[in-house]
Amino acid sequence: MAALVDVLSRMARDRAVLLGAALILLLVLVAILAPLIATFPNDVWDIHPTQRLRPPDASFLFGTDRMGSDIYSRILFGARITIMVAVVAIGVSLLIGVPIGLVAGYYHGWPSDLLMRFSDIFLAVPQIVLAIAIAQTLGPSIENVILALSLTYWPWFTRLVYAETRSLKNEIFIESTIALGASPFRVIVFHILPNVSSAIIVRSSIGMGFTILTAAALGFLGLGAQPPAPEWGRMISESREYLPDAWWYALAPGLAIFLVVMGFNLVGDGLRDILDPRLRRAPKSNG
Amino acid sequence: MKLLAIILRRLVWFIPTVAGLIAIVFTVSHVIPADPARLMAGDLATPEQVAALRLQHGFDRPLIVQLGHYMLRVARGDLGTSLFTNRPIVEDLARRLPATVELTLVAMLIATSIGIPLGVICAVRRNTVLDHALRVLTVSGLAIASFWLAILLQLVFAMELGWTPLAGRIDGFAPRSVTGLFLLDALIEGELDLFGKALSHIALPAITLAVPGLATIVRFTRAGVLDALQSNFVLYQRAMGLPEWLIVWKYVLRNALISTVTQIGLLFGILMAGAVVVEAIFDWPGIGAYAFLSIYQSDYNAVMGFTLWAGSIFILVNLAVDMAHALIDPRSKAA
Repeated sequence: MAALVDVLSRMARDRAVLLGAALILLLVLVAILAPLIATFPNDVWDIHPTQRLRPPDASFLFGTDRMGSDIYSRILFGARITIMVAVVAIGVSLLIGVPIGLVAGYYHGWPSDLLMRFSDIFLAVPQIVLAIAIAQTLGPSIENVILALSLTYWPWFTRLVYAETRSLKNEIFIESTIALGASPFRVIVFHILPNVSSAIIVRSSIGMGFTILTAAALGFLGLGAQPPAPEWGRMISESREYLPDAWWYALAPGLAIFLVVMGFNLVGDGLRDILDPRLRRAPKSNG
Repeated sequence: MKLLAIILRRLVWFIPTVAGLIAIVFTVSHVIPADPARLMAGDLATPEQVAALRLQHGFDRPLIVQLGHYMLRVARGDLGTSLFTNRPIVEDLARRLPATVELTLVAMLIATSIGIPLGVICAVRRNTVLDHALRVLTVSGLAIASFWLAILLQLVFAMELGWTPLAGRIDGFAPRSVTGLFLLDALIEGELDLFGKALSHIALPAITLAVPGLATIVRFTRAGVLDALQSNFVLYQRAMGLPEWLIVWKYVLRNALISTVTQIGLLFGILMAGAVVVEAIFDWPGIGAYAFLSIYQSDYNAVMGFTLWAGSIFILVNLAVDMAHALIDPRSKAA
């Protein structure tokens, strides 16, 4: 408990982390309140051909798109898609990656080696390349994008948890717990997992940002949500036909992606500095 | 001896890693879909054509037999035939490779030549306003979607200001092919006019591609230099009265860069992943744009071919980087 308070107070003193947390909070609020704060909540589905491609003004804050729908309202609802993709993809990656990393790190022998080599193959290739192949096979939809991202992101967690577990296993407190007769399950779940959790949290935050960027790229390539879903990457790809006249069309969705990814990256970076005791001990000044 | 052992161990791992990649792509393309022949044949195929493909690829056989055949086929360099160009996919990809290599190299050049000095400056001026400002910039560089940045650059520099062409690799004739890289070929042939044209075409896509890499390099160089500044040799050199700039830019940087070399391998992955969307937006005729077209046309074989090809190149580059690392770092020669 004291540790948690310590971490929170350190976070509160770090302006970058605060900014990042504010951006994430904003995303969550926007996603929850979308029907209330959207000026045209029906414009996710409704089209108004007579008012297409209007520049931003008092009634259409970010302008209108090729169907005449209000871009501001669509961005707000797009936040729901973004959160869902990031949370589910990272959640599934955690469920696959963490147990494999724990088991492979705890036990020695060829099954562990095999598991790690298997995850290394995924890490050897850029995530988007494999995700494209999977999404193309499954067909374009947001569920398939989530699946493709989960199936390609879990090895990052495996690698991390494996390395941490291996070094923890040599710690005296783990050795003594084993010597006291604790079962492997007990050692892994109650003694190793809590000590790996801070690294997992940092990786999850950075992974959320990364996943949102990749999902937007898949949406841009046409592999994600299909129209009229207000997916941000897809909106940017639609806007290309109407440049340079409809300059506002691409501006808002791109800015939304940027701010959200920035939020997760700032929190992830800041947390790493706070939670990593090696960095905490490093001299503060010197050159 | 130790060096040779490191290189041999890396080489030995190369084959199972590529085999693993093939197995993953096989699973994606043969095991996951209910009817792979249907996907492979494309939207316009008749039931007879689908049946013929099913027989030709042996989709009725046990999966393990199919996997064996698939491995042998890929090992022979056969990635199938594109539905749209009707050419072997390997040929299509090989023809487009020089464009991607040129774009990636220029982007890497931009990222390293700006990123390394900036990283050193950040480390030396740690926790000053300058360091914080550059930190904001690098965090932004990693958060920006490359396809969005590409569109913004097009909007400003090509459409509004008219400084660069909107898209493409060159207008008119390409320089006579020596290396396949237009910039280099134009210089070899002494055609400065063509060099200028090629340069104006590559500027925007290369900058777009370089941004995330630049951010990564700044961060790693900063960390590496900070680390090296703590070493005893710096203390010694300061005590000897060596000028600070000489210590930093010569001795510290040399030590810091050893870890940056590994980063360049990772950077290559970042750049290649980014190339799919960047090439598509700038109509750059490389393998990334090929992947984009293939997705757009539901050319299933070509998408799988791209995955295998891009994956193998990436594994190969990592291998090369590991070896370079072993060669540069004198510690791996010791003992």
